[in-house]
Amino acid sequence: MTESAGNKNEDCHAANGVKPGRNGMVKNHHHHHQYQKQEKVCHAACNGELYSRPFIESFEETPMLLAVLTYMSYGILTIFGYLRDFMREWKIEKCHTAREREEQKDFVPLYQDFENFYTRNIYMRIRDSWNRPICSVPGATFDLVECSSNDYNWTFEYTGRVVKDVINLGSYNYLGFAENTGACATAAGEVTVKFGVGVASTRQEMGNLDRHEELEKLAASFLGVESAMVFGMGFATNSMNIPALVGKGCLILSDELNHASLVLGARLSSSTIRVFKHNNMQSLEKLLRDAIVHGQPRTHRPWKKILILMEGIYSMEGSIIRLPEVIALKKKYKAYLYLDEAHSIGALGLNGRGVVEYFGLDPKDVDVMMGTFTKSFSAAGGYVGGRKDLIDYLRTHSHSAIYATTMSLPVVEQILTSMKCIMGKDGTTIGLSRIQRLAENTVYFRRRLQEMGFIIYGNNDSPVVPMMLYMPAKLGAFGREMLKRNIGVVGVGFPATPIIESRARFCISAAHTKEMLDRALDVISEVGDLLHLKYSRHKVLPSLDRPFDETTYEENEE
Amino acid sequence: MLKTVVLHNVLMETVIRRRRSDSVKMAAGQQWVLVEMVQAFYEAPAYHLILEGILILWIIRLLFSKTYKLQERSDLTEKEKEELIEEWQPEPLVPLVPKDHPSLNYDVVTGPPSHRIIVNGKECINFASFNFLGLLDSERVKLKALSSLKKYGVGTCGPRGFYGTFDVHLELEERLAKFMRTEEAIIYSYGFATIASAIPAYSKRGDIVFVDEAACFSIQKGLQASRSFVKYFKHNDMEDLERLLKEQEIEDQKNPRKARVIRRFIVVEGLYINAADICPLPELVKLKYKYKVRIFLEESMSFGVLGEYGRGVTEHFGVNIDDIDLISANMENALASIGGFCCGRSFVIDHQRLSGQGYCFSASLPPMLASAAIEALNIMEEDPGIFRVLQDKCKHMHKALQGTPGLKTVGEPLTPALHLLLENSTGSRTNDLKLLRAIVDYSLDRQIALTLARYLDKEERFLPPPSIRVVVTVEQTQEEMEKAAQCIREAAVKILK
Repeated sequence: MTESAGNKNEDCHAANGVKPGRNGMVKNHHHHHQYQKQEKVCHAACNGELYSRPFIESFEETPMLLAVLTYMSYGILTIFGYLRDFMREWKIEKCHTAREREEQKDFVPLYQDFENFYTRNIYMRIRDSWNRPICSVPGATFDLVECSSNDYNWTFEYTGRVVKDVINLGSYNYLGFAENTGACATAAGEVTVKFGVGVASTRQEMGNLDRHEELEKLAASFLGVESAMVFGMGFATNSMNIPALVGKGCLILSDELNHASLVLGARLSSSTIRVFKHNNMQSLEKLLRDAIVHGQPRTHRPWKKILILMEGIYSMEGSIIRLPEVIALKKKYKAYLYLDEAHSIGALGLNGRGVVEYFGLDPKDVDVMMGTFTKSFSAAGGYVGGRKDLIDYLRTHSHSAIYATTMSLPVVEQILTSMKCIMGKDGTTIGLSRIQRLAENTVYFRRRLQEMGFIIYGNNDSPVVPMMLYMPAKLGAFGREMLKRNIGVVGVGFPATPIIESRARFCISAAHTKEMLDRALDVISEVGDLLHLKYSRHKVLPSLDRPFDETTYEENEE
Repeated sequence: MLKTVVLHNVLMETVIRRRRSDSVKMAAGQQWVLVEMVQAFYEAPAYHLILEGILILWIIRLLFSKTYKLQERSDLTEKEKEELIEEWQPEPLVPLVPKDHPSLNYDVVTGPPSHRIIVNGKECINFASFNFLGLLDSERVKLKALSSLKKYGVGTCGPRGFYGTFDVHLELEERLAKFMRTEEAIIYSYGFATIASAIPAYSKRGDIVFVDEAACFSIQKGLQASRSFVKYFKHNDMEDLERLLKEQEIEDQKNPRKARVIRRFIVVEGLYINAADICPLPELVKLKYKYKVRIFLEESMSFGVLGEYGRGVTEHFGVNIDDIDLISANMENALASIGGFCCGRSFVIDHQRLSGQGYCFSASLPPMLASAAIEALNIMEEDPGIFRVLQDKCKHMHKALQGTPGLKTVGEPLTPALHLLLENSTGSRTNDLKLLRAIVDYSLDRQIALTLARYLDKEERFLPPPSIRVVVTVEQTQEEMEKAAQCIREAAVKILK
């Protein structure tokens, strides 16, 4: 685990132009002046010429002591888990879990005991940090339904009170379109009254409305592709379309940190799946070469086609795909690229057109442009964009078009209105200013956190900001302490992350004002001191005293 | 083989090294070395000599045997690799779809997809959407959705775990559980994903699932995702199912240790969307206890349709709902909203909150759609007579369609979505579909909106025959149904000759 983290670290450092290696090993003082030069050299070494802008990503290595302590804390939790399981077994402790029916006691158990060990003994202790119900728009602030537990999180009671105006750092509301007033809500409201919410049929049967086709045309022009198709659920867009594209005799190369929907889609396609290291071009190239040279296993027939599955922004790491390099590789090896822009569409690029625009590339170089409407558009569903022949094929062969109910019309309207706003088709510059706002907020928030000494993962431009907590207890404590101070954050732990890399994840929105961010940052700093979370050993100079450009930072000597 | 050779080399290396160090210490001249060697030979313990002897023999054997050829194993040179890479031509990402592909150009609906519907510019009466209870058009539902929209906006901007749980979600889950009289319910944001996520949450690699051949596509995908053994039994054939169960029982007796950990499930639909008939639930429950298999029941077509209070097939047969381990249904048909739900005992359902992929990893249901479903449930609870009306209409339609020349009506009288099949197939699926499509077009011109039942020909496990789907809703009047039946009859006479 630590090793892989270390590798990641090294790759990225090399790209950043910051010397890899532990602090204090080299006297870094004198390297100061060389940073910029060094950065150029390193970029060139990692296909720097492909990038139109600096690509700065950092994954600071897990400090050894922390790694040991985190493993120890899991160890202690496990020992206590066994102890309490033992006590439950002998009825010394009351067992809260739901039981099998008496009539079915002699059936094969529905769950293996160890499957639930983690849930019962670790997750249950910090369960209150998730699934907190809200009762307002998930905008820049929201209202939470207060709940309490008298039995250590086994059951929750709703107190009937509402926690008002909690600053929302959890929702994927990147462009702030989660609103109950304004153009989008009004338009969606009108459609609700006229059309109702359901459709009760599939696209191929009686559920294809002109509104859907209009949305598809708009989405295609927004993405800069020939054609597009929309689907009712983002998750299903992946899991129901990948099987239409590849099958037996095809190879899928999938990033190790890809979202569950991509993994499921790949699995359902019954093609061979190989996994490369996260955003690691050497690993991808090696797999590509080997695949073409050796062909299919055993038969050694050449692969029918090779599909690379990647995401624009990785929602747990905050990293951005190295798209220019991926495209170069894909062209060199004649593979196809399936790009999931769930988090990057709307959130990256000068006009919000996602990671392709961010790197100044041509959307035609990406074979399948997939994304969701859940995040930046604050609606639901997903799309696939690409060449006309691809979309025509999906229209006839996508599982979703044939078996799944069409997208609800108020949702369609929300997307249409918000997309027009982003494109400036509503005659205002609201969309553009929101995109700028998001970019500014992101850079500001990330920089301040780094200055405070937290370990922040990912790309400087990614609105997903993971902050490392490492220990499972701190995961729970951080969420609770933040909420006490009226800030809602999301924690992510095992199994969504490697076991020792529990983290908090902030999602920055264009709707956040500077005051909100400042307040949130103050609170994070306060809680960070309380829980000793300022782990970083890279010292970032506060922006005012910074002698060089923003990207350089000094490593302090220990 | 290569591994042993390497191992061997390492062994030899250590032996030689040891000997060398011994000799270097003492010897200066050649002779001394020889003497030393001979001496060492005498002094060495027997096991050492035997080992060395074996190693030497092994080397000789390796030298002369032809068990592996170096040439064959040698890797390709960089140049050869480059050539191979240059040479490789992948298939196009997708094959070209012919312009006249039957499902490329969809029928276009303008205006609301309700009882009166405009298809391809023609105003029709809707006999195609699964809007069984007509709740899609309900003003109450629309207003409730609107007020919810005004409170929450449209999207949830997150999965359930990460501030995507709204108070209306909890309310809907509670209401569904109450309506179905189960302990707990869980909602999904997409009907298709419901059973497709629920099955793999329980059934894992190595487990066995007994499935009806007519099971719908989302069940098939759920089974595929679960990677379990799937055994198909003939549609609604309990003897065939029992045969499979017995086979498994014999298999279990051979290896009882293994049998103790293999979970078994029967997955059936309450009312089959592909076959338009009802599953024999009481017999299934008997088999369940006899062979200790759990039952998962997919009720998308029967929820809000069958039973006195619309609770589906369990109520229809008077089966205790606790005897069914898991019931799943979508909220897109009778409830006329979007999404799906599973319900059952907490012991079963709660597991999905951490293991249901479509639940955990997907954005939650837009709150306005949840509110719409709550209001639809209100209407269903306030006016249970609506189910009786629907059932009567279904029976009526079923009767009216009997005796259509050239067309066979498939489905039970209580089914709200019947299939019309060709009595005499032309022998080619494409031609059959063309004929049926001609009937649909004929009806569209006469204000009756019908649709072909669409399938993915190559993906379906057991591809149902081509058919026209006729959907009954409570909004259709007696006259409209007569008219539709009449129209279909005319079309059949005209087109099928």
